[in-house]
Amino acid sequence: MAPHASQLNAVHVRNLVRGFKSKTILDGVDLDIAEGEFVALLGKSGSGKSTFLRALAGLDHDVEGTGTLETPENLSVVFQDARLLPWRTVIQNVTLGLPGANGQDAGRKALAEVGLAGRETAWPNQLSGGEQQRVALARSLVREPALLLADEPFGALDALTRIKMHALLRELCARHRPAVLLVTHDVDEAISLADRILVLDEGRFVEDLRIDMPEPRDHGDPRFAEFRSHLLRSLGVNLPGRKAA
Amino acid sequence: MATVWDAAEVKSTGRSSRQSAHVALPATKTGAPRVRRRLGPGPAIPFGLQIGPALLVLLWVGGSALGLIDPRILSAPWTVVEAFGRLIEQGRLQDNFVTSASRALIGLSIGLVIGTLLAVIAGLSRIGEALIDGPIQIKRAIPTLALIPLLILWFGIGEGMKVTTIVLAVIIPIYIHTHNALRSIDSRYVELAETLRMSQKDFILQVVLPGALPGFLLGLRFAVTLCWVSLVVVEQINATSGLGYMIDLARTYGQTDVILVGLVVYVLLGLVSDGLVRLLERRVLTWRRTLAN
Repeated sequence: MAPHASQLNAVHVRNLVRGFKSKTILDGVDLDIAEGEFVALLGKSGSGKSTFLRALAGLDHDVEGTGTLETPENLSVVFQDARLLPWRTVIQNVTLGLPGANGQDAGRKALAEVGLAGRETAWPNQLSGGEQQRVALARSLVREPALLLADEPFGALDALTRIKMHALLRELCARHRPAVLLVTHDVDEAISLADRILVLDEGRFVEDLRIDMPEPRDHGDPRFAEFRSHLLRSLGVNLPGRKAA
Repeated sequence: MATVWDAAEVKSTGRSSRQSAHVALPATKTGAPRVRRRLGPGPAIPFGLQIGPALLVLLWVGGSALGLIDPRILSAPWTVVEAFGRLIEQGRLQDNFVTSASRALIGLSIGLVIGTLLAVIAGLSRIGEALIDGPIQIKRAIPTLALIPLLILWFGIGEGMKVTTIVLAVIIPIYIHTHNALRSIDSRYVELAETLRMSQKDFILQVVLPGALPGFLLGLRFAVTLCWVSLVVVEQINATSGLGYMIDLARTYGQTDVILVGLVVYVLLGLVSDGLVRLLERRVLTWRRTLAN
């Protein structure tokens, strides 16, 4: 049925090209993401990381391109904004498009998992930014995705909320084991969460780094600092007077 | 520097020290709170909205009592009240009211359905938009009153003409606002629906229509007002019943009191129906009210 590669991998991408007539955004990208693997994608703004995620999500209707792209049918996207329908209650947002009473139960369970039990009938704009993003996570989880695509999901949150969300996301991924592609510009976030970090630059991957640190990861760990300065260099950031440990 | 100098000058001109503390910005010496000139209109006056109309009525009562207003120009308030009682006694007011209200209601309902349907078709399909939007914009440019001669030729002077005029007037605001709301639904929600693999039916029922509801309700408020306006017009042309007919007849006999009774009823109808739509708005847009709070 499916080719051999996609039985082992949640994502199988070969020679993916995306762009507009005047500009190439993705220039022949290859990538495999294993089932249950957590991959973070770093890149400067304009490096094409969002384009890549949107290509995987099948949201790039107006972008021209070629290449092989195999993704699971059951994938789910978390956007930077929570993207909840303001005219639907929290539970209705979670179960959007799901059929019947099974959906209701699953939705309630997913909300409890993200710590929002009891807020089912609240309106989205009664929630804080962090809570809204947790509803968005529940909306993704309830569909039990084989692949979770997250486009800077914590970018709009304050630093403290973000730390809590990292812990929550780690916990949820450990339980549900989807393959994850997390697009972010936050190097620390990538190192704390991912099994593997990719750096995209001018439409190509210039780095593919395996993070083999035990979890939870201590930001004070010298290896954490080593990864960070290595990645920052790949991203073209040279910090003067700060040597890699 | 300048402020200190200003403060010194204010003091030297002999104003009280309290005043100077308000004028001099630093105010550190006295520790008095800094006071800014208020630019907004300030707190609401109790019963503020009622003051203007009450004043008008007062002028009317006073002018009539002192004989400053000729009753042939404007009947005294008590004469109007008497006329009101007389018209109800004779049953004329009720009969005409029922006739008018049913015309308005039928016209509004038909216009509502047609306007909404057209807006949804034009809002959700490009072909629909190509076919519908142009004619509606053209219709919008023609004053409804200008169509009446044609409508009389087509439908005669009976109920058909009257209801059609109201329908044609009501369609426009409903269509414009609903269509606009449909078209301005955030494309991010469309993207969301795609990633959630929603069906076309779910997409329309959960995303598109609820999202366009605020626009529809705004259109409804305009439509309700327009429906009364066009009712007045059609009832004063070739009618044999209805509030407008009652008013027109009163004009022939120079009964300003009856004219005023008719006008008061129109005012009440307009305000009550607008209030009803607003009530409906509050009911169905609960999610918005929480935002306003």
